[in-house]
Amino acid sequence: MDSRRAPRTVSDPKVRKVGFFTAPPDRSLSSPPDHRVFSFLTSPPPVVDNSSPSAGNSLSPVMIPPPRHSSANLSPLRRDSAEYFPLLLPPPPQPRSPIMWRRRRWGGVLLLLRVACREEKGGGVAVEMQNDQSTRSKSLKEKTTKAERRALQEAQRAAKAAAKAEGGTTPAAASGAAASNDSATVAASEKKGGDRPPEKDRKKEVPQPRMQYDDKSRVEKAKRRAVVKQTEARNRVELFRHLPQYERGTQLPELESKLFELDPMHPAVYKVGLQYLSGDICGGNARCIAMLQAFQEAIKDYSTPPEKTLARDLTAKIGSYVSFLIECRPLSISMGNAIRFLKNRIAKLPLSLSEMEAKTNLHSDIDRFINEKIILADKVIVKHAVTKISDGDVLLTYGSSSAVEMVLLHAHELGKQFRVVVVDSRPKLEGQLLLRRLVGKGINCTYTHINAISYIMHEVTRVFLGASSVLSNGTVYSRVGTACVAMVAHSFHVPVLVCCEAYKFHERVQLDSICSNELGDPDVISKVRGREDINFLDGSSNSAILQLLNLIYDATPSDYVSMIITDYGMVPPTSVPVIVREYRREHLLI
Amino acid sequence: MMELEIELKKASDSLKLWDATSISLTAGCDLFMRYVTRTSALEYEDFNSAKSRLIERAEKFGEISCKARRIIAMLSQDFIFDGCTIMVHGFSRVVLEVLKTAAQSKKLFRVFCTEGRPDRTGLRLSNELAKLDVPVKLLIDSAVAYTMDDVDMVFVGADGVVESGGIINMMGTYQMALVAHSMNKPVYVAAESYKFARLYPLDQKDMAPALRPIDFGVPIPSKVEVETSARDYTPPQYLTLLFTDLGVLTPSVVSDELIQLYL
Repeated sequence: MDSRRAPRTVSDPKVRKVGFFTAPPDRSLSSPPDHRVFSFLTSPPPVVDNSSPSAGNSLSPVMIPPPRHSSANLSPLRRDSAEYFPLLLPPPPQPRSPIMWRRRRWGGVLLLLRVACREEKGGGVAVEMQNDQSTRSKSLKEKTTKAERRALQEAQRAAKAAAKAEGGTTPAAASGAAASNDSATVAASEKKGGDRPPEKDRKKEVPQPRMQYDDKSRVEKAKRRAVVKQTEARNRVELFRHLPQYERGTQLPELESKLFELDPMHPAVYKVGLQYLSGDICGGNARCIAMLQAFQEAIKDYSTPPEKTLARDLTAKIGSYVSFLIECRPLSISMGNAIRFLKNRIAKLPLSLSEMEAKTNLHSDIDRFINEKIILADKVIVKHAVTKISDGDVLLTYGSSSAVEMVLLHAHELGKQFRVVVVDSRPKLEGQLLLRRLVGKGINCTYTHINAISYIMHEVTRVFLGASSVLSNGTVYSRVGTACVAMVAHSFHVPVLVCCEAYKFHERVQLDSICSNELGDPDVISKVRGREDINFLDGSSNSAILQLLNLIYDATPSDYVSMIITDYGMVPPTSVPVIVREYRREHLLI
Repeated sequence: MMELEIELKKASDSLKLWDATSISLTAGCDLFMRYVTRTSALEYEDFNSAKSRLIERAEKFGEISCKARRIIAMLSQDFIFDGCTIMVHGFSRVVLEVLKTAAQSKKLFRVFCTEGRPDRTGLRLSNELAKLDVPVKLLIDSAVAYTMDDVDMVFVGADGVVESGGIINMMGTYQMALVAHSMNKPVYVAAESYKFARLYPLDQKDMAPALRPIDFGVPIPSKVEVETSARDYTPPQYLTLLFTDLGVLTPSVVSDELIQLYL
C-alpha cells in the first residue's frame, strides 16, 4: 500500500470542474470525472442512475450536475457481453465519421464500442459491443482520437435516450458494473463515468468495488452461480437500486433443505451463512469472529487436490465461501479486512511447507488475528476509554456496540459513579439487549428512543458510540441513526467518542450514506410486532406508489466526532489515514 | 544496560514530580526517554561505547531544544509583515525570540500585550519589548475583544501541545483564540516539538488541575470561592498554524507526528 501514496492529487487537473456549467452536452463528460477526484479511492462509486428520469444523476452532494436532456441522460456504456441492440438514432447534431471505435480500458478488460454510421440513420443503428482481449485492443488504442471518442459517447447517449423512449427496457449496462466478484485481485478502479483514457497507475491497489446491483447482466451472472436462490424485491427505491434487495423469508427454508447436498460448501461455512441470514449473529466483531472460525474449520478439513498448489486452490476455495456468505448477507468492512488478511497469509506461505504445516500455520495465524486485533484490542480500548469517564458523568450510547458495552462495564467495576442513557431505534431495537445487560450489572440506566434525542441531550456529558468502520477521511460508518446522535451531541457541545478497533479502518472515502450501504427487510418497517392496532400499512406493501426503505448503515462526518479510541490510543479523526498507512504495512493487513 | 534505563526512568520520574502540573516538563522527559532509549546503541556489547553513545544522543537532544527557538523564529518571519499589529498573551520565550528576530531585521510592527494576571507576565514581556524599541501597548485581560479589531494576528506560546492539535497554555489563551476566531484573525502558536504530549482533553475540566493562588490585593470573605486554575485548553479549530522546529504545521499534523514517534 505504501507504494501507492501518489494519487492524492488529480491526475488530469484541467478536466476537474466543480459547479454548474451550461456547457454543451459533450462537455458533460467532464463532470463524471469529478467523481473520480473525490472518490477515486472509493470502491463503490456514486451512482449514476439512469433508470429514473426524475432522480437524474445521483451525484455526490458536492457536484451540481450540468443541465441534462429531458430524457434521462446516460453515462457511457460499459458492457462486457456481446449483445446487439437495435436502436433508433435521432438526427445527429454534428457530422460524424462513419464508423467510430471507442475504446475504454477498464479493469484490464477492454470494451470496444462501435456505433454504426449515420448514413444508416433511416432505420435502426446497431450498437455493438464486444469484449476484447487486452492485447488485441492495445494495438487499436491509437486509432481513436479524443474528439472521436467524445463524439461516440454523444452518439451513445442519444442512442440510449432513443432506446428509452422506444422500449423503456432496462439499460443493460446502466450505471456501470463493477468487477465481478471472483475476478480476484485485479483491482478495478471506481466506476468511470467519463470518457477518458484510464489512468493505469491508479488502479492497482484500490480495493475491489462492490457489485452494483442495477447492472442486469452482472446480476444475471451472479444468479447463475449462486447457491442461495433469492428473488428480488419489488418496489425498490430508485436511489438505492445499486444495492441488493431480496425478498426475505424465502431463502431460509430452501437453504435448510439443501443442507445435505452441499458438496462445494463446507458445513461450518454453511452454518455461519445461515446464521447471518436469520440474523442470529449480528454486529461487526461477532460476524468477523464467526466467519474466521468457520474458515479455520474449513482449512482444517481441506486437502489439496492433485496437481494443484495449496495456495491457489485454497484461495479459490475461500473465494467461493466468501461469495456464499455475501449472498447470505453483504460483507461488513471488518469482514472484508479479515478476508484480505487471510488471503494475504495464504499467498505468503512459503512453498517449501508441507500441507500439514501450512494448515497449522494458517490456523495459528487466524487465532493470532482474532486474539490480537479483536480481543486484545478491545482490552486496550477499554483501558483508554475509562480514563475519560469521571464521577458524576452521564453517558449516552446508541444501539448496541460490543466495545462500548465493555467500556461501561469496566468503568462500573472500577467503581466510577455514572449513569447511562441508552438510545434505541426501530426496527432492530438493539438497545434493549444492551440495556438488559447493563441493568443486570447494577448500572443506573435510562432508556429512550431516538426521537427524544434532542430532549435528553442537554443532561448528557459524554457520548460513546461504536462503529462498523472508520473511513480514511474520518467518516464513521455505523448503524443507521448514529449520525443523528452525533450531530445532536455536537450541537449541544457534548464530546462524541467513537470506540473502534483498528482492524476495522478502511482506506476508502465515503461522502454520503447512499453510495455504499445495506438494505434490510422493508416489511419490518411497516409492521410493528405485537401491535396489531397500528398496522395500517399491512397489505399495502405491494402498492406501486409505496416504496419502503430500510437502511442499515449511515455515515457520520468527521466534524461531529471528537475522538476515536482505538487500540493505538486516542486519536483525532484526521489521524485515521496515518494509522492505516503506518500499521497496515506492518501487520500485513493489505 | 537495563539498569541504566531504570535509573534514567527514576530520574525522569523524580523530575516530573517536582512540578507535576507542567506539561512541557512531562512531555520533554517522555520524549527524551524515547529518543535516548530508542537508539540501537543499547545493543552494543561494550558498555562504555553504549554509554557514550547515549550521552551523545542526550546532548544532541539538548542542542535541538535550544536551537528549536531559533528555527521557530526563522520560520515565523514570513508571517510578520511591515505595519502589522500583533497581539501576544503571557510571557513566552519562544514568542519573545520571534519578535526579537523580527525587530532585528528592521521590520516595523507594534505589539498589544495583555497584562496576564495573576502572574503579571505581560508586564515582563512589555519590558523586554520596550528594550528592543518595539512599540508596545499594555491591555488588561478584559480589553482583548475591544482591541481585536485593530489586530492582524495573535501570537501565543504553549505549555503543551496535545494530540488533537489543541494547546494548553496560560489562562486567557482560549478566550483570546475564541475572540480572534470570531473576528477572523489568525492565531499562531509557537511551540517546540518536545512539548507534544500524549494527552487528549475533551473539555476544560478534563486536564490535571494546575492551581495558582490569586492575590486580589484586598482580603476576600471566606464564603467566596475563587477560580484558581492557571491554564486552559484551546481546541484545534481555533488555531490557524503551529510554528515548530519540525516546520510550520496545521493542528491535525500533531497527531501524525505523535503516532510516528511513540508507536
